[in-house]
Amino acid sequence: DSKNILPYTSERKRSPTSMNSQVLRLSLPSAKSMHSFFSAFCTEENIEQSISYIDRELTTLGFPSIYAESKGKELNLIAIINCMNELLTLQHKNLRAQEEVEMQHLKLGSDMDHLQNCYAKLKEQLELSKREIVGLQERDRQLQSKNRNLHQLLKNEKDEVQKLQNIISSRATQYNHDMKRKEREYNKLKERLHQLVMNKKDKKLAMEVLNYVGRADGKRGAWRTDKTEARNEEEMYKILLSDYEQRQKQLLLENAELKKVLQQMKKDIISLLPPQKQKPKERSEDGLVLSDQEEDVGELNKENMWELSCETVREQLTNSIRKQWRMLKNHVEKLDNQVSRAHSEALNEKDVISREDHELETEKLELEIQQCKEMIKTQQQLLQQQLTCDDDTTLLLQDCYLLEERERLQEEWRLFREQKKNFEKERKSFTEAAIRLGLERKAFEEDRGAWLKHQFLSMTADSKSENVTTPSAFLRSNLQLMSLLGSDPDIRLLKSASRQRKLSSVLSPTVSPEPCQISQYFTQKSVASEKLAGDKMPNLWVESDDKEETE
Amino acid sequence: ASCMQHRLVVRDASSLQILQLYSCLDHIQYIEWSSDSLFILCAMYKRGIVQVWSLEQPDWHCKIDEGSAGLVASSWSPDGRHILNTTEFHLRITVWSLCTKSVSYIKYPKACQQGVAFTKDGRYMAVVERRDCKDFISIFVCNNWQLLRHFDTETQDLFGIEWAPNGCVLAAWDTCLEYKVLLYSLDGRLLSSYRAYEWPLGVKSIAWSPSSQFLAIGSFDEKVRILNHVTWKKITELEHPATISSKKTIVYKEVEKSPTVDSERLSFPPTRALASSLFSTQSKYDISQVPVSLQYIKPVADRANPKVGVGMLAFSADNCFLATKNDNIPNAVWIWDVRRLKLSVVLEQLCTIQHFQWDPCQPRLAVCTGSSRVYLWSPAGCIVVQVPGEGDFQIMSLSWNSRGDSMLLLSKDHFCVCYLEREEV
Repeated sequence: DSKNILPYTSERKRSPTSMNSQVLRLSLPSAKSMHSFFSAFCTEENIEQSISYIDRELTTLGFPSIYAESKGKELNLIAIINCMNELLTLQHKNLRAQEEVEMQHLKLGSDMDHLQNCYAKLKEQLELSKREIVGLQERDRQLQSKNRNLHQLLKNEKDEVQKLQNIISSRATQYNHDMKRKEREYNKLKERLHQLVMNKKDKKLAMEVLNYVGRADGKRGAWRTDKTEARNEEEMYKILLSDYEQRQKQLLLENAELKKVLQQMKKDIISLLPPQKQKPKERSEDGLVLSDQEEDVGELNKENMWELSCETVREQLTNSIRKQWRMLKNHVEKLDNQVSRAHSEALNEKDVISREDHELETEKLELEIQQCKEMIKTQQQLLQQQLTCDDDTTLLLQDCYLLEERERLQEEWRLFREQKKNFEKERKSFTEAAIRLGLERKAFEEDRGAWLKHQFLSMTADSKSENVTTPSAFLRSNLQLMSLLGSDPDIRLLKSASRQRKLSSVLSPTVSPEPCQISQYFTQKSVASEKLAGDKMPNLWVESDDKEETE
Repeated sequence: ASCMQHRLVVRDASSLQILQLYSCLDHIQYIEWSSDSLFILCAMYKRGIVQVWSLEQPDWHCKIDEGSAGLVASSWSPDGRHILNTTEFHLRITVWSLCTKSVSYIKYPKACQQGVAFTKDGRYMAVVERRDCKDFISIFVCNNWQLLRHFDTETQDLFGIEWAPNGCVLAAWDTCLEYKVLLYSLDGRLLSSYRAYEWPLGVKSIAWSPSSQFLAIGSFDEKVRILNHVTWKKITELEHPATISSKKTIVYKEVEKSPTVDSERLSFPPTRALASSLFSTQSKYDISQVPVSLQYIKPVADRANPKVGVGMLAFSADNCFLATKNDNIPNAVWIWDVRRLKLSVVLEQLCTIQHFQWDPCQPRLAVCTGSSRVYLWSPAGCIVVQVPGEGDFQIMSLSWNSRGDSMLLLSKDHFCVCYLEREEV
């Protein structure tokens, strides 16, 4: 029997090393088979042998002998029980180790699966992209060949066009030649005809007039002489000259106008640019340029008075205008940048109004001040006028004017105050809005934190009903384990408890994981509900304990 | 003055009252007033005779007989005392003087569209000549018909010449097979030559602006190019596309108005007036919304002198507007603003434009399309004027009075005078 048993047990001992789950099954035989197995090992006949065998095994394993003394057949019950306990604990440890290894194995297996899946997917993707690349390359090639074809066609067309143009030009010259030939013939005919016509002169007068008509301008006709020819030439040149002079006058006027306009523009541009006194460092060049320009201005003014329009003066003027224009452009760009920056700043700090608004407001206020001052001046003038007038009327008038003025001023002041109030209101509203925004933001953050916490908690609550939404292979495999084990309530509960423990340890770091204490629960029968926060399991454990006890 | 067969009828312009009646020897083909409005010449080409009548002295007569030389054209000189006759086959131009009975000959004139041009002040005359297959231009002093200048032109086949209104520049352009415009000064120097492109058909029409500042060249490629008088370079190209999309252009479209009939006034048989008003279509102008697409005609490609390109060009008297007609879009008149060189108005008519002419005093354009209506445009707006009367009066051409207050409308065998009222100030 022992021989039969030995290989089986050694096989059993070797089981934890293999990765097959079926072996695991064998290592934890079912209750029934365990009974039969036990009976197979030790029977009535070979008690002594089995005891000695067991003793030997235990001693080889490092346990104390189960015999009471080194020799003798008395069994040390305590030792046996201790050994059993040790063996049990060992078994437990081994089982746990096995479990761990299994879990590890499962994890690795799932990792492997996952990696294999990823690998497969990536391979697919690679395949796909390779195919795409090939497709794109193909398309590219086709497009290139099309491009080449089109280029070829274009070249052909161009050649054809060139050819046609050559044909046209050659035909044109041919036509011209032919035309000239025909024209010469025609001319010859005309000459002939002319001769005939002149020869065949009618003797009668070609012109019949009742009486001569006076010339339109009343003068007499003049003989054709050289003097008249010279006079004709003279007149013609006079006409041409007068035309040119007129045109030149017009152009001079235009030039003068344009020069004036340019000067005006230059002055305006110079006045628009900011004054150069503040930042001599930055604008040292500009300052220099400006001083040059001012000199130029002086020069040009002088020169323009004499209306010189030589090349250098013109160039100077245009160059100076160009420089000024460039400076103005830069200045305007800088202002634009400043304004945009000010805008963006204003958006962040709403209690500070944008610079533009501020400037607008100040401008408005300045205008109002100006108007008020003017009004005061006019009033003073009127007052002085009144002093020279009649007393009664002056008094009356004064009253009228004063009343009017006063009313107007009051109106103005009212408006001014209103505007100021609005101004203040707006500023206040901006600050309030900013504050509100801050508060809202804080509230939002708090809400978010609370929601997240709630999410976590809800997830832990859900796990008990086995509708686990967290996709961890670890949990799924545990479920599998549960189904495999069957209906052992202790172990199931153990499993679920350990799972629960582990789950809680994974999900809520606040709860301290103590998986080793589970066995102690059973042995010590303590209710450890306080340790787990919000956990429903303790009640069950209590029940299970009770169940165990009853069993 | 109008002529009917061999009779010459002179009427008063404001009342159309017959003042004089003259009889000529043959059917009159051409009549022309002298510049001082004292004489009228009547040319009879078949007989080769020109008869001149005086308005002051109805008994005075003059007859010029070209004899076997034949007569192709006849015109007055600007001083009103000389008559230029072009003989058949353009053999010569004979200058007959009414003052001295002397004759001058100009040999080898060219048979082209505008071969003789007088300056505005009437001092000089330019004549195109052709000798040995080369073109020449001769400038004569009209006073004594002395040759001032004679020079050759670098043209293949000079087509026409025109003096600038200031009398100092002469524009000459080549045949339509070759785009070339040459500008000569009064003393015969070549000032500039302009060529826009080489092979396609070239210049179709040319017009000087009244101030001599611009020369508008209309060509067969449906564009008008404007040269300026300072550099003689192109300052702009005006295009005539079939679709107008610019928002600043006003498009006036002539639409037919259905005649309204008062049902009470209907009588049987219908009176003549009613009948004519029923059957003659009225029309009015509508403003079309931009973008507008005009009727574009692509002419037959294998005919000579195709109806393509800008065929009519005219500057307004105040130099502010330029009116053009693109023969590809024969129903539209394009009015350009010269100061901005942009298209300002397009008039789209129902029929083909026959003729248009600017009022010599104001910026007013009169257009006729062969229907019985004359169309007037001014910067204030445009109106349609129906020629009253029964039957069809198809206006083929029109001519403004030099005072600008009346207009002559000519159909094939009738004419009528349209009087424009002056606004009471």
